[in-house]
Amino acid sequence: MIRDVIRLENVSVRYRVPQENYTTFKEYIIRLAQRKVQHHDFWALHEVSLSIRQGEVFGLVGRNGAGKSTLLKLVARVLRPTTGRVRVAGRVAPLLEIGAGFHPDLTGRENIYLNAAILGLTRAEVDALLPEIVEFSELGDFIEAPLRTYSSGMTARLGFSVATATCPDILIVDEILGVGDEAFQRKCYERINQFQRQGTTILFVSHDSRAVESMCTRAAWLDRGRLMGIGSASEVIARYQESQFTPHPVI
Amino acid sequence: MNETSSFDYDSSRRGLLALDELREVLRYRNLFYQFVRRDIVTRYKRSVLGVAWTMLNPLGMMLVLTIAFSQIFRFNTPNYPAYVLSGLLVWNFFAQTTTMSMTTLVWGGGLFKRIYMPRSIFALSSMGTGLVNLVLALVPMLLIMLVTGTPIRWTFLFLPVPILFLVMFALGVGLMLSTVAVYFPDVSEMYQIILTAWMYLTPIIYPATMLPERLRFWLEWFNPMYRIVQLFRLPLYDGRLPTWAEFWPTMILSLAFCVTGWMVFTRKSDEFAYRL
Repeated sequence: MIRDVIRLENVSVRYRVPQENYTTFKEYIIRLAQRKVQHHDFWALHEVSLSIRQGEVFGLVGRNGAGKSTLLKLVARVLRPTTGRVRVAGRVAPLLEIGAGFHPDLTGRENIYLNAAILGLTRAEVDALLPEIVEFSELGDFIEAPLRTYSSGMTARLGFSVATATCPDILIVDEILGVGDEAFQRKCYERINQFQRQGTTILFVSHDSRAVESMCTRAAWLDRGRLMGIGSASEVIARYQESQFTPHPVI
Repeated sequence: MNETSSFDYDSSRRGLLALDELREVLRYRNLFYQFVRRDIVTRYKRSVLGVAWTMLNPLGMMLVLTIAFSQIFRFNTPNYPAYVLSGLLVWNFFAQTTTMSMTTLVWGGGLFKRIYMPRSIFALSSMGTGLVNLVLALVPMLLIMLVTGTPIRWTFLFLPVPILFLVMFALGVGLMLSTVAVYFPDVSEMYQIILTAWMYLTPIIYPATMLPERLRFWLEWFNPMYRIVQLFRLPLYDGRLPTWAEFWPTMILSLAFCVTGWMVFTRKSDEFAYRL
């Protein structure tokens, strides 16, 4: 039986943005005393409901600020919805932006331990996975060199190798596969495919509609925090692209 | 299949936040260890003297203060270097760990906004790092005691207790400060000024007996650092165990701050990721 692993019900996320930017405490107190603190609400997501089934490669498309990253944060439980309900089954592994959580002065090996701990792995788990991570990253002897001596491609390889060392139940890919050389990119996609065969659900976000279309089985299109469409990837992307050429009505 | 149990995470299901966080911290104990390790190792890698600075820094400060205060102000404190150094160890721990709790959370590259981790891990690992430094700094402390002829007694073994209270108090303060600093990053600048004033209101470089009776009463009850410093000094510098009357207020104060800080922080921490 195929079950839902991610379910969003009427989910809204509201950011409260101060009318003027109070970045200092002093300023805030003065304004508060003057009763001038005003917020305006920014709805990053508005009443979004969707379900993602196990084993799907699910794409999210939409322009900048459409709410794609916010949706990912909800699934990764970094963010709690303002209203609505988010449910997730299994271990979620986000592929982090390059270098997030790495320390330049530590060696590749030390960074593997650090990064794996950030991903919630125990020490024993990392010990067991280490040889495979090192091998997949193709870093060779560089693994003992400090990270600041790495090229951006090498850092990306290390990051990907750690994040995908264990097969997660849900993998979040937020447009980071555009780095590294072509051979390594192919390896990344291979590994993602292999995960999928093992039943991992993949959430994929990209500006590149073609990448979404070729990778994903289903997709959702978000615009200004609202769900505009959901369905088969090719269908949703066709509609999304169509909308890109017709000018938006000014609200 | 039972619908509700098939999901591991449900945003609408919230237990006691303070306890949930505690459970998550236990699950993420490897991250705690890795953060502490990172802070110690990178410090050691960055400089030639490395970890030695952890010991040299309080020694240098002690030297300056000894020259300045024993010569100019002429305190009648026996073994002044040992007195001032023991106070400095406690103070440095407090100042560094509370500041670090704030800065690692607010300027930690927003790591907690990208991936889930218990947010208190930043304050907790700051305490861990501070504790390693404090233990290392006990080496020059004992050295100074030997050199100045301060007797080292077995009461030394009591030190873990005042250190535990120190950690609890610093954690409580660090968590409260972090909560505020997420919303107003300039709090950490303000805090540095407060720290300076706070240090002078704590008997670190001067003997407590120098304070007027009235002021001493106020400080004893409204400056927990006053009692913590005293409690740390007793088994080390004075070479005796604390009396019950010296002991319990420190315990209560530290515990109260620790629990309050934990509650405040866990109550607010879900909102942190909302701050852009």
